[in-house]
Amino acid sequence: MRIIWPLIAVIAVILLALISVVVPSSQLIFGVIVPYLAISIFIAGFIYRVIRWASSPVPFNIPTTCGQEASFDWIKSDKIESPRSNWGIACRMALEIFFFRSLFRNNNMGQADQQRLIYGGSRWLWLGGLAFHWSLLIILIRHLRYFTEPVFPPSLWISSIDGMLQLALPALFISDFIILAAVSYLLIRRLVSSRIRYISLASDYLALFLILAVGISGILMRSLFKVDLIAVKELGISVITFRPAVPAGIGLPFYIHLLLVCTLIAYFPFSKMMHAGGIFLSPTRNSKNDSRRVRHINPWNRPVRVHTYAEYEDEFRQPMIKAGIPVDLNNSAGSNDGR
Amino acid sequence: MADKIIKPEEMAGVDYHTPHRDWTNPSVEFIKGSYCYAAPLKNQEILQLPNPRQWNPQDLDWKLPPDYKRIILNGMKDRLEKYRSLKLFLDICVRCGACADKCHYYIGSGDPKNMPVMRAELLRSVYRRYFTIGGRLWGKLAGARELDEQIIKEWYYYFYQCSECRRCSVFCPYGIDTCEITMLGRELLNLVGCSTEWVVSPASNCFRTGNHLGIPPHAMKQSLESAQDDIKTITGIEVEVPLNKKGAEILFVAPSGDLFASPAWFTLMGYLMLFHEIGLDYTFSTYASEGGNFGLFHSAEVAKSLNAKIYAEAERLKVKWILGGECGHMWRVVHQYMDTFNGPPSFLEEPASPITGTKFDNARSTKMVHICEFTADLIYNGKLKLDPGRNDKWKVTYHDSCNPARAMGLLEEPRYIINHICNHFYEMPENTIRERTFCCGSGAGLGSDENMEMRLRGGYPRANAVQYVKEKHGVNVLACICAIDKATFPPLLEYWAPGVETAGVHELLGNALIMQGEKPRETDLRGEPLITNTPSESGG
Repeated sequence: MRIIWPLIAVIAVILLALISVVVPSSQLIFGVIVPYLAISIFIAGFIYRVIRWASSPVPFNIPTTCGQEASFDWIKSDKIESPRSNWGIACRMALEIFFFRSLFRNNNMGQADQQRLIYGGSRWLWLGGLAFHWSLLIILIRHLRYFTEPVFPPSLWISSIDGMLQLALPALFISDFIILAAVSYLLIRRLVSSRIRYISLASDYLALFLILAVGISGILMRSLFKVDLIAVKELGISVITFRPAVPAGIGLPFYIHLLLVCTLIAYFPFSKMMHAGGIFLSPTRNSKNDSRRVRHINPWNRPVRVHTYAEYEDEFRQPMIKAGIPVDLNNSAGSNDGR
Repeated sequence: MADKIIKPEEMAGVDYHTPHRDWTNPSVEFIKGSYCYAAPLKNQEILQLPNPRQWNPQDLDWKLPPDYKRIILNGMKDRLEKYRSLKLFLDICVRCGACADKCHYYIGSGDPKNMPVMRAELLRSVYRRYFTIGGRLWGKLAGARELDEQIIKEWYYYFYQCSECRRCSVFCPYGIDTCEITMLGRELLNLVGCSTEWVVSPASNCFRTGNHLGIPPHAMKQSLESAQDDIKTITGIEVEVPLNKKGAEILFVAPSGDLFASPAWFTLMGYLMLFHEIGLDYTFSTYASEGGNFGLFHSAEVAKSLNAKIYAEAERLKVKWILGGECGHMWRVVHQYMDTFNGPPSFLEEPASPITGTKFDNARSTKMVHICEFTADLIYNGKLKLDPGRNDKWKVTYHDSCNPARAMGLLEEPRYIINHICNHFYEMPENTIRERTFCCGSGAGLGSDENMEMRLRGGYPRANAVQYVKEKHGVNVLACICAIDKATFPPLLEYWAPGVETAGVHELLGNALIMQGEKPRETDLRGEPLITNTPSESGG
């Protein structure tokens, strides 16, 4: 059920795009209104989610320290994994965001035999995740060419590097293959490993299916269906400049791709994909390990019931005096017992 | 279940196959040996906890308050607004599974709900149902679960099979910390009166008597006096142990386990010998006689209440700063919570070693220094005469206690000390030390006798690494800086790695410390004959 329903949902989205062919007048909806709507939901939703997180305070300073604290000059501290400066935090976050530092640590626990546990380095998840996210970024930058005239230069540079290995015409991009391979790996891993299958939810599959469908439809519309990219760019520019006009003859494959993309980005703020924003706020990663050096403030810190020394001494004064332990109120209660 | 004892070979053959049954089914069986008893009524009352009653987790009816759902959901809402960690960690998990085999309870038990991701999912599923659109709309398909009594029982079982060690958070790509989930999950359980004996009883003892064992002040004095006697027997030196002494320079707070239980007791002797040797002007306190804070395993409120005693006592005794003993979660509280809870301690001075003059800049606000920092500085400055040969009977490995490692970054100081007081030191494999260290399996209030099977299972990865260095290097002692370690490693190692003993770093220091005017040592601090294998050399 967790796998079938998301699959049905993605197929339904693809079928929905058929309407653009059956009812040509609906192309304004699919080409303009739906994208505007999806982007609005994405932006508003993303901001809302981040604000919601940020509106809750971080009451305690709880970095997970993965290296030596800064203590003495003669002990080398780990300035990144146990950061005390803003610079250290910036490095830690950058390593986490750009290179998935924590995932790089991953190891697999295994049983060498009945008596011995072993921990082997396991970088496949790291590699798959990194390959997926980096190719996604490259693809996004490449897509800027459809929204800028003259084309945003980095988009051109990246496209030309990415298209270096032209196997066929039109140019096939390296990132296309990498992203498909990486997402397939992430999906297969989820399906094959009984442990990962056990923890997986429908939403985990939905995200993967959507991304896979977006990728496949994108590749097919360029290489197989030869969608009129000039018309696509016309649409892109018209939408981005808020003068929407739908050129005729773009064709179904494009509308399928576009509707899948719109579904993905509209779903984004409601999904686990929000980790993209959340990682920046993660208190175990973005806090300094300096809480004995600089006091961290808890905005809702409030007094609690305490057992005061006076109450304590009231209960134990006699035995304390007998045992020769100094007390505060010796004369009132126990001077006779005192020595 | 019978009381039969499972053999180590049997227990090590953990089955990691996931069950066919969907995890959303909350039913749990409270298996003897794998859960903690409920808090006794008397101690619930001392701490004024909600819904006080006598109950037992094996009861069918947990006597929850009639509106328990509302209480839990309100409590959840409240905590979502108070803790960004909770809100964020409930939202951003992608279930990549990197954490799954990082948990010692999962490794030891094979129970899939002990995977950190699942532990969080137990709470997350209820959060989804009541606080997210997807969960409200799609229910079970979105991984959402209706809160019911079964789920409360499931939470109780699994939130007390997490020792809040934070190992999973080291590996999580978003830093999701299951410790936060467990701490707040336990707080929710507390709201409806479901807490455990070995958390609430020590906490209420700390509240009333100042230490978790409930030792009254005069008994504490006797205990310190017998340590004095033991030291005199072994070294011929009479050490002084100031108690509640006003105007001392330093307040010393140790976990109370050091005062009353072996082998932690030998660590206490080590402290006393060190302080005597350097002529430290310090005092113990009977009121703040516990650094360990069982409140942390209960709720932020109780943690704060117990922790408040340390600053209050420092102010009353007019000391300049505070020195803290060897303890794990005590240092989680001191390093990451204390100043926030009960600071700023403006009545104290920035800590500086009276012997070396070193300013402990890293503790300048909280004004509390770890004994390993203090001692490492003494050794570095050549203030101690040491004979590591006196520890030659020991082949030492060092266990990084969870909290000093992952919530403080105290990794090198203890190693620096060990390298100066022992001739034979061997590290365990790198995936099991430092920030990747494995818990003893009994932290966070799980160290109760009735929970022994789960403790042995949870301690298996750690003990397995000990067994490895035992076989490879002949290691026969595990040094550590945590009182819970010292209380729980002896049975754990006896089970998994027999022949390996447990010792505090300052016990080993006490052995090596050459004291002025001491008589020739015939025994170590344990009263066992001193065996010297290598020619003794004086460090310094």
